Amino acid sequence: MSILVDRSTRVIVQGITGKEGSYHAMACREYGTLVLGGVTPGKGGTVHEGFPVWDSVRDAVEAVHPDVSLIFVPPAFAADAILEAADAGIELIVCITEGIPVQDMMRVRRILDIRNEEGETIRLIGPNCPGIITPDGAKIGIMPGYIHKRGRVGVVSRSGTLTYEAVWQLTQLGLGESTCVGIGGDPIRGLNFREVLALFEKDPETEAVVMIGEIGGEDEEKAAAFARAHMTKPIIGFIAGLTAPPGRRMGHAGAIVSGGKGSARDKMKALESYGVIVVDNPSVIGQTVAETLKSGSYRRVPACHG
Amino acid sequence: MNIHEYQAKELFRSYGVSVPSGVVVDSAEEARTLIESKTGIFGGTAQVFAVKAQIHAGGRGKAGGVKIAKNTSDIPGLVAALLGKTLVTHQTGPEGRLVRKVWIEEGAAISREFYLSLVLDRSSRRISILASTEGGMEIEEVSASHPEKILTLSVDPEIGCKGFVGRRVATFLGLPVNLYNSFSVLLANLYRFFTETDCMMVEINPLILTGEGRLLALDAKVSFDDNALYRQDKVLALRDLFEENELEIEASKHRLNYVKLDGSIACMVNGAGLAMATMDVIALAGGTPANFLDVGGGASKETVEQAFRILLGDPAVKGIFVNIFGGIVRCERIAGGIIAAAKDVKLHVPLVVRLQGTNAKEGREMLRDSGLNLQVAEELFEGAEKIVLAVKGAK
Repeated sequence: MSILVDRSTRVIVQGITGKEGSYHAMACREYGTLVLGGVTPGKGGTVHEGFPVWDSVRDAVEAVHPDVSLIFVPPAFAADAILEAADAGIELIVCITEGIPVQDMMRVRRILDIRNEEGETIRLIGPNCPGIITPDGAKIGIMPGYIHKRGRVGVVSRSGTLTYEAVWQLTQLGLGESTCVGIGGDPIRGLNFREVLALFEKDPETEAVVMIGEIGGEDEEKAAAFARAHMTKPIIGFIAGLTAPPGRRMGHAGAIVSGGKGSARDKMKALESYGVIVVDNPSVIGQTVAETLKSGSYRRVPACHG
Repeated sequence: MNIHEYQAKELFRSYGVSVPSGVVVDSAEEARTLIESKTGIFGGTAQVFAVKAQIHAGGRGKAGGVKIAKNTSDIPGLVAALLGKTLVTHQTGPEGRLVRKVWIEEGAAISREFYLSLVLDRSSRRISILASTEGGMEIEEVSASHPEKILTLSVDPEIGCKGFVGRRVATFLGLPVNLYNSFSVLLANLYRFFTETDCMMVEINPLILTGEGRLLALDAKVSFDDNALYRQDKVLALRDLFEENELEIEASKHRLNYVKLDGSIACMVNGAGLAMATMDVIALAGGTPANFLDVGGGASKETVEQAFRILLGDPAVKGIFVNIFGGIVRCERIAGGIIAAAKDVKLHVPLVVRLQGTNAKEGREMLRDSGLNLQVAEELFEGAEKIVLAVKGAK
């Protein structure tokens, strides 16, 4: 088992004829992902690098019934691309694009929320993220596939390369990963830590979760509060940005301490108070997971019972 | 991106949000000429003027950046005293900001003061309105001492800032009923400004009710979404490069994501999250990070070379730590780029390179065999310890 995606997941790529889209569609296919083709308006009916191309997501849905759309559309058109995928009935949308205006994402998120309230199940991963991978199953994103190894640890993160760092440690130690979800570095995004933690809790293959957060917002705190009440599996957490000055954006649009809120120190304290094992040195994430799993003494008792 | 108060007020005015009339000057001479020729606000009935230093930071009042002139003849002297002064406020950092422009505006008779702001609120994922009866105070202070005096409400983007929203805020602020309508119009205009120009934050502190019963934005602070600047030409034209760090401007020209910090160990990293974590690990190893720098996925020779030049442009830098996790890009290519760039820029400070990921072993061997004066590391913390030691040893 794994979460959200596996070997049978059917994928299309929006923006498949662009440089990024094209390169990564091939890399995903090479990894073993079922990439069935892609969408570029105006290029429907052509074949690109062996992939059939459709004019619209709706055409692609009719032709190949995909489960997932992976989006590489430039920032100015990305919000539209997400809505197009949702409108065509795609249930898992993975948006890699970095630099989407925040108010565009505000409107997209509102519309997805409305549709979900009306009974649909549309999940968005990203934007500004590396994507999602279930090792030996499906790689749907831009992460280097070979650093992963199928295993026992779920990974959820706001960062890209920092996630690779943690994954690499888990792989080297032989623990491996069940699924890794990059939820993205933007202030308004789709799936959040809390939702991904809930999925990992239900996944029998996942024995522990690594949660990599960073400065800005309160999502890590909210997720940890949720975990305290609803999770039995151990969570090992790291928060990047202890040395980041307030008021400055650290690369990611969402990585900013503002109005005295969202500092790494506050997040680490909150996470600890909710029972997350917080490491301050990212070099020891893997080792900490190994020790936690080995000790076996770790049995979280949900707060509602205790 | 941030703009100056006078620019924000001009934008407010164009969106139908009332502000005091005023004029911006960059010399006392200019102010004197305007006063003598009775131009604009100096030709009217105004007796009292506010003279305000223009820098991209809050807290100017407390730092002595805002003066009141009780007659026009005092103005040139006040302008002269502010121009060229370095203002240190709680938002500028210890180095402060140089005042290059001064805004002079008509004084207003204040009957009541309020706080009003709109922010893109990531936790509600909507634009939130913050309003308080405690105008003129820092909102963080009010929030700590009297949270009941602040109203926070989020606007549904599918509905917009309709009349009922305005009336609710007006009621909370205790405005007289005959002003409900004009307040709602002001708020709706502010919301329209916020959405049409892709703001992240708009703050009016204070918003005043004048003796004549008018609502007036006495201050204006606006910041915009950098991601949206591609479609906001008018906003982009207001960018003031003097308010930004020179090295950061240079870095942005090369599409490098660089933020200058106060420490002595520079770092160069691929990926924003890893770059932040690298800064943290430098601190953990006993050093102080000199910057945030994300060179992106590629890390080609050209990128690395530009990055080295920018890092070395900061005289406080005593050592450089390169931390690259090779994913899609193989480490031996990155090593090649680092070697070529290090030779070209003639590094004069200790360099530690940590390579991990695809073909990292080969990459590290290339670095060791390069004949360059550098140290190689496998693990992140190991690399940080090495650079901290090297910098201490070099002193």
